[in-house]
Amino acid sequence: MRFSAIGALVAGSLLASPFSAMAQTEVQFWHAFTGRLGELVAEQIETFNSSQSDYKVVGSHKGNYSETLNAGIAAFRAQEQPHILMVFEVGTATMMGAKGAIKPVYEVMADAGAEFDQDAYIGAVKGYYTTTDGEMLSLPFNSSTPVLWVNKDALKAAGIDPNVDLSTWQKVGDVLDTLKASGHSCPLTTAWQSWIHLENLSAYHNVPFATKDNGFAGLDTELAFNGPVQVKHIQTMGDWAKDGKFFYAGRRNEGGANFRSGECALFTESSAGYAGIKKEAQFDFAVRPLPYWEGVDGAPQNTIIGGASLWVMTGHTDEEYKGVAAFLNFLSSTDIQAKWHQDTGYLPITIAAGEKTKADGFYKENPGTDVAVIQMTANQPTANSKGLRLGSFDQIRGIIDEELEAVWSGDKTAQEAMDSAVERGNVLLRRFEQANR
Amino acid sequence: MEKRVTFKGWLLPLALVFPQILISGVFFFYPAGQAIWQSLFIPDPFGLSSQFVGLGNFEYLLSDKYYRASFLTTAIFSTLVTLVSMVPALFLAVMADRLVKGAGTYRTLLIWPYAVAPAVAGVLWLFMFNTRVGVVSWYLGQLGYDWNHVLNDGEAMGLVVVASAWGRISYNFLFFFAALQSVPRSVIEAAAIDGARFWTRFFTIVLPLLSPTTFFLLVVNVVYAFFETFGVIHTITSGGPQQATTILVYKVFADGFVGQDLGSSAAQSVILLVVVGALTVVQFRYVEKKVHY
Repeated sequence: MRFSAIGALVAGSLLASPFSAMAQTEVQFWHAFTGRLGELVAEQIETFNSSQSDYKVVGSHKGNYSETLNAGIAAFRAQEQPHILMVFEVGTATMMGAKGAIKPVYEVMADAGAEFDQDAYIGAVKGYYTTTDGEMLSLPFNSSTPVLWVNKDALKAAGIDPNVDLSTWQKVGDVLDTLKASGHSCPLTTAWQSWIHLENLSAYHNVPFATKDNGFAGLDTELAFNGPVQVKHIQTMGDWAKDGKFFYAGRRNEGGANFRSGECALFTESSAGYAGIKKEAQFDFAVRPLPYWEGVDGAPQNTIIGGASLWVMTGHTDEEYKGVAAFLNFLSSTDIQAKWHQDTGYLPITIAAGEKTKADGFYKENPGTDVAVIQMTANQPTANSKGLRLGSFDQIRGIIDEELEAVWSGDKTAQEAMDSAVERGNVLLRRFEQANR
Repeated sequence: MEKRVTFKGWLLPLALVFPQILISGVFFFYPAGQAIWQSLFIPDPFGLSSQFVGLGNFEYLLSDKYYRASFLTTAIFSTLVTLVSMVPALFLAVMADRLVKGAGTYRTLLIWPYAVAPAVAGVLWLFMFNTRVGVVSWYLGQLGYDWNHVLNDGEAMGLVVVASAWGRISYNFLFFFAALQSVPRSVIEAAAIDGARFWTRFFTIVLPLLSPTTFFLLVVNVVYAFFETFGVIHTITSGGPQQATTILVYKVFADGFVGQDLGSSAAQSVILLVVVGALTVVQFRYVEKKVHY
């Protein structure tokens, strides 16, 4: 019985697919979202599919960010690539280097004759994914930026005013001292240490992370995050770790559990951590802008994004690309974007979506949700704060993680660790340059 | 005296070895050949272009001090995993062998962990030793020991070794137990009558008679530690802290599938192939001489 049921299903799906393909042009969309985010993506796709009858977008979950990128690469090698592939921000240089494998979004839009106003997108968001001439290569999908999360109850318990000014690292340092003196076991923790404490730190203080405009201007870029601003910050964090004021929980977002359980008082994490913290935290929390070092010229500049964008792959028909263009325009439309921004805590990608959210009164009802937007858009991005475009960046982050761990455990000084990370990372950059020449 | 079977003609012997040759060809020689070929190039991830670099990938790897350090890490890791998975297994087998009642139940319970996949075992152990919610780390904290494998390299190594060896104890137990059953009772009884105590009998009679099994398990466990422990390391430490648990096979994965550097990854698998091949040859040439069949 069971076998015949499976057989019927298989036969059914074999029969069904050619029919639907005949009626509509199918667009394959591979993404990396599960859980609540996966449901929201499925909902977007469903809304698009039912809004018109020419195209049918088929979403498939392909694992986490790295796995999705690998699935896309493997599929391209087997000539079975999807139309749209979700790639996380650190894979940007890899995708850009693959000239024969991708079709830039601005080209897709132009060829399909679709309406496409690049100025409608928020500069700090799209900047990560545009050429130096401002042409969009991929469509930003989910973007977030790091902020400071505060456990107000923990501050109160230590006798600190919960609305204390935490805008600079100097002031944060004072608060950490008080927390420590009151016997608090975890004054500060972090997620994504390289992204927040080196990549964003550099952009926020308008100092280069790498030469050649952080890699935007050429593959012959070299890492430059062993400068005085970064070294001072990492050394301070290292000292805090030694004194028990900064608690290192792991390379990814392991620290989130420590914050949400109320164990840690301050937490640097992506603005997209909002949904999880709101759901789990049994204490009064607040979102504050990421602190900066007072006295550094040009700080605070703007922070940069993390997250993923949608890349269009080559090897499909014009008709299918029209479907892709229609879907990407649908995703960028104000209502869909505003809903995505409000549901997920990710940044809006268009200016209009941000304004609509404001007009809806969302920021008033959910105080702190606009902190990330303001922090991102406060200043016009500079060459140092537009984003990063480095080959083998996922691995370079791995090297940075290793070297930072050496600082947290007291094995190396910040200067030694950053010099070593730069040297090791440059070797990878040269190899990437060679492979993509 | 060795017995030799002689065949008339070539057809039958060829037909008999053909399935084995086919399997080795498809699953070993072809992929190994591909790896060797790819190790001579630096390709881009999408396979759009690739450059011939000769032995450039090997030169690049061997000049990297972190890659060279990974050999030492692998040596320490494999030795520990082999020891930790074989010694307790032998001990448990000897104990289970002495049981008169309930031997079947003990045996079944001891074999269970083998059914747990390495990655799942990794998550399990990670959960017990989690620095925040782990049961074991909490008790250690009560005893005044601050467990933190996230930053302490010795603790990280210890944890991945235990997590890798745990499931293998069952596998080794099974083999030791079967081998113990085949040790002739008469020999042991004779020794007992001569006044040899249990542990004397064990070390002078049982252990030498177990040597073929021990040798087989040694080879199999070393290969396991080299290749199949990847899932445990990936789930528990991702090779950290710093590079304390980055063994060779983990680096193959990291460079190939995280870094998309397929040239370097292929060269590393070739090096790994050579290392394990050499190790197996050494084991057969030198260790096997001490084995009594």
